[in-house]
Amino acid sequence: MTDEEIKEKIVRTLARIAPEADLDEVDPGKNMREELDIDSYDFLNLLIGLNEELGVEIPEADYEKVATLTDLIRYLSRRLA
Amino acid sequence: MGDFTMPSLGADMKAGILVAWRVKAGDRVRHGDIIAEVETDKGLFEVEVFEDGVVDSIRMQPGWDKIPVGTVLATIRAEGAKAEIPAVAAEKGAGERVKASPAARKRAAELGIDLATVQGSGPQGAIGLADVERPAGGEKPAEKATAGAEKKKTPAEFQAGMRRAIAAAMSRSNREIPHYYLETDIDMSRALAWLQEENGRRPIRERLLPAVLLIKAVAKALEEVPELNGHWTQERLQLKKKMHIGFAVALRGGGLITPALHDAGRKSLDQLMAALSDLIGRTRAGRLRASEITDATITLTSLGDLGVRTVYGVIYPPQVALVGFGRIADRPWAEKGLLGVRPVLTATLAADHRATDGHHGARFLEALDRALEEPEKL
Repeated sequence: MTDEEIKEKIVRTLARIAPEADLDEVDPGKNMREELDIDSYDFLNLLIGLNEELGVEIPEADYEKVATLTDLIRYLSRRLA
Repeated sequence: MGDFTMPSLGADMKAGILVAWRVKAGDRVRHGDIIAEVETDKGLFEVEVFEDGVVDSIRMQPGWDKIPVGTVLATIRAEGAKAEIPAVAAEKGAGERVKASPAARKRAAELGIDLATVQGSGPQGAIGLADVERPAGGEKPAEKATAGAEKKKTPAEFQAGMRRAIAAAMSRSNREIPHYYLETDIDMSRALAWLQEENGRRPIRERLLPAVLLIKAVAKALEEVPELNGHWTQERLQLKKKMHIGFAVALRGGGLITPALHDAGRKSLDQLMAALSDLIGRTRAGRLRASEITDATITLTSLGDLGVRTVYGVIYPPQVALVGFGRIADRPWAEKGLLGVRPVLTATLAADHRATDGHHGARFLEALDRALEEPEKL
């Protein structure tokens, strides 16, 4: 799966959880939760949604590795490889 | 016979809009059933009935006029009791009898419609069954009648209403409640280590959020200091046995609602997590129940997600306390003569000095600290 396809999955999952959040306005190098103004409940739901879409379960210990959009795409890409 | 009235869904709410009925006259209802939808400045709420029985009459039809709190919307009779057919409903003016067919009279009584307000289409204006079942809007009252979607609030109108509701409640709080504030720093190492281990064993769908530990810890601390769990009404503190913890939920686009997690003290961590997910989801979707708006006995607000260190809250009347949590962050921590780094959480208590004294508050924060030191017992 390409990075673009992974990003598309993230966009789709996010649309279900926080419909008003626009990933295009997010600085991919900055903390995604702060950029999107989503709380820990929404963030957990995003990870649950991505788990359903991609089959990747992100352990809590790895949360720091998926803090930015760039990090998240990179992380998922590696796990899917 | 019980009256089902326009509920007060918030401090200083004076009136609400009856948006829809979920029942019709003659329907059997049970305690806790949602029977109506009411809109306030804070949004749309599902209103439950708190008795078993049969809907005897619908007194008010949905519409966009504001109905004062306490107005009878419907009457509920205990099952087995006879239907109350108000004699006045069959009369017009001074003794002038309304011309209506027996079937129309019966149906009007069932629906709680005053025949004097119905336009008859029969000979000499006689009212037939169809006239009763076809009121002004043309929609059958027996079906779910709504006030119409065309009047849906714009986001700006919703925000304006939300700010008015918050302004009313918070102004009253500031005007009436002599707040006192206490705060304490809590070492969260044990709680977070326990949570990490617990979540490590669980599939992602069953993971717990730290907020759930905080809710449970607040409930445990309230067991020790029940004086903070209650309402200040009629010039005295009315303690509440059940702990309905109001959890502050920020709405997307602005505003705040603090629905109650019912009976939080008796729920396990898993049950609390499920209840919290359900509550946050419904809060943001605008599908809260009236009891969730009115029942909270204390409020918990956590602004940790936004990086805030300390929360000095404003109590939601008639409650007498609000617990605020900031962000869990690594901070220097001295213990037994050694300086180290620990994940630390600042917990704040805002309490009503009419109801309790600082001594109660201090005991509460101490109990809260202890509860979070022993996460396995939560």
